[in-house]
Amino acid sequence: MSEDGNSRNDPSIVVDDVVKAYGDFRALNGINFEVQPGEIVGFLGPNGAGKTTTMKILTSYMAATEGTAQVAGFDVHASPDEVRQRTGYLPENVPLYEGMLVHDYLKFVAEVRGVEPGRREERIRRVVELTGLEAVVHRAIRELSKGYRQRVGLAQSIIHEPEVIILDEPTTGLDPNQIVEIRDVITGIGQEKTVILSTHILQEVSAVCDRVIIINEGDIVADDDLESLEDAVAETEPGLSVSFGPEADAETLKQMLVELEGVDDVTEEPGRRGTHVFRIETDDEETARRSLFRAEADHDHGMESLSRAQPSLEEIFRVYTEGSTEEGRRAS
Amino acid sequence: MLKNIGFVLKRELGAYFNSVVAYIVVILFLLITGALFWLNYFQQINLLSLRGFFSQAPLFLAFFAPAVTMGLFAEEKRMGTLELLMTMPLSDFEIVMGKFLAALSLLAVVFTMTLAYPITLSMLGDLDWGAVASGYIGLLLLGGTYAAIGLMASSWTRDQVVAILTAFSICFFLYLIDQLVGQPTGTMARVVDYLSTNSHFNNLARGVVDIRDVFYYISVTGVALLVAQVSIASRRW
Repeated sequence: MSEDGNSRNDPSIVVDDVVKAYGDFRALNGINFEVQPGEIVGFLGPNGAGKTTTMKILTSYMAATEGTAQVAGFDVHASPDEVRQRTGYLPENVPLYEGMLVHDYLKFVAEVRGVEPGRREERIRRVVELTGLEAVVHRAIRELSKGYRQRVGLAQSIIHEPEVIILDEPTTGLDPNQIVEIRDVITGIGQEKTVILSTHILQEVSAVCDRVIIINEGDIVADDDLESLEDAVAETEPGLSVSFGPEADAETLKQMLVELEGVDDVTEEPGRRGTHVFRIETDDEETARRSLFRAEADHDHGMESLSRAQPSLEEIFRVYTEGSTEEGRRAS
Repeated sequence: MLKNIGFVLKRELGAYFNSVVAYIVVILFLLITGALFWLNYFQQINLLSLRGFFSQAPLFLAFFAPAVTMGLFAEEKRMGTLELLMTMPLSDFEIVMGKFLAALSLLAVVFTMTLAYPITLSMLGDLDWGAVASGYIGLLLLGGTYAAIGLMASSWTRDQVVAILTAFSICFFLYLIDQLVGQPTGTMARVVDYLSTNSHFNNLARGVVDIRDVFYYISVTGVALLVAQVSIASRRW
């Protein structure tokens, strides 16, 4: 795996003060980060944060307005061909040639990506196995389910054994089972390769990544390992999430919850039709939960579920930016 | 470079013959030109020449070439596959050339099928094969020019209908310009004559291969392909 431009210990990705401006709008405000060989890095941020823009720059699809980026030891602007040979890319929404058979498509990518003629079939077999495409190799892409399309997208991104694999929202639009399967495939790929994947789902990062880079409004808010992220999640104190069936009235329920022992505040959240979902803020989760169960046992409000609420991305941002950038941004 | 162009060409040809587009274009072009060929033949039964076919083919080509090329970039933009293609180790030139050659190959297949007309005529009498050959060279050059214009229009939009309408308008304009501009004189006449795809084609159809006509087609083709290349490259900025 030795390459001319890169020795084993140099970072796979170096992003140095990259700015991307579309007219007056700055999609990226000068971001910096490095990714080491073999890392799986999660690029976490809400829609429009700059995740996709960063990835398009790393794949040399788009030029940065300012700053430089190197992938596998080559500058994305000065040596785009070198970069492209060493990266695999799966864009958002998985664009594929609908009319082609899976096998023919993978063969085309292998050809264009410069896999030697004698090794193409072997590589196709290997990635088909790795991504679990055996059952559909000779089917047309347009006939495939969303999950299989995603696998084809992953397969094409690794067929030329790239050093760096860039995946833009690889699990968006999949059902829960497919998400788990695709995550397994990515984890498998990540055992040998450097992977950078973007997502707006917090759990995805915990499930697959070693490290997380949090980006918001074109700035990197945090660049941390997984444990620190989990600590941050714990610090958000998201409280409890409770849902009730349609029988009871929302106002009554809210009133009941506020009056419970240990409950600080209650907010109604959007839920499924016919259910009432509330978020309970509390300093003492234990007491709040007990008093809720007691009240439910006495009066039967039709409680359907009680769980620890998931912190939102915004809450994570708040923990990471407490008092610093957040305030600064508000003031400006 | 040639290898990469070959990969793109092969994929596009596969896509053509996997979709209905190729078959519709081939069948309609053959039906229309075939019908006109036989109608002409029976009207001027003593005339053993393909002049009728060669004078009408350019008109249909102005429509069929854009039909062949309309999806080449527009569809890839709409589906998002162009982004993936452009992050592969292919140059913009290789992508444009591969697609252009695929369209030209499809047109060449159609032209090959029309060889049935001269072969039929040659069985009925003495046919001037030189004029036929020069006419077919003309068809290929003209087809290439229209295909390049079609590819250029396709690179401007993500909507195939917009692509075909734009390309058809340009091709039709170039085809008709010498008839649209009344009775031009002086420089105007030379400009109109130079721009008109038809006047250049008439020479070739008569059996005269003039290097200036060949140069005209190749230069228009080159400019259109260059514009297409710049247009897809501009998405990187």
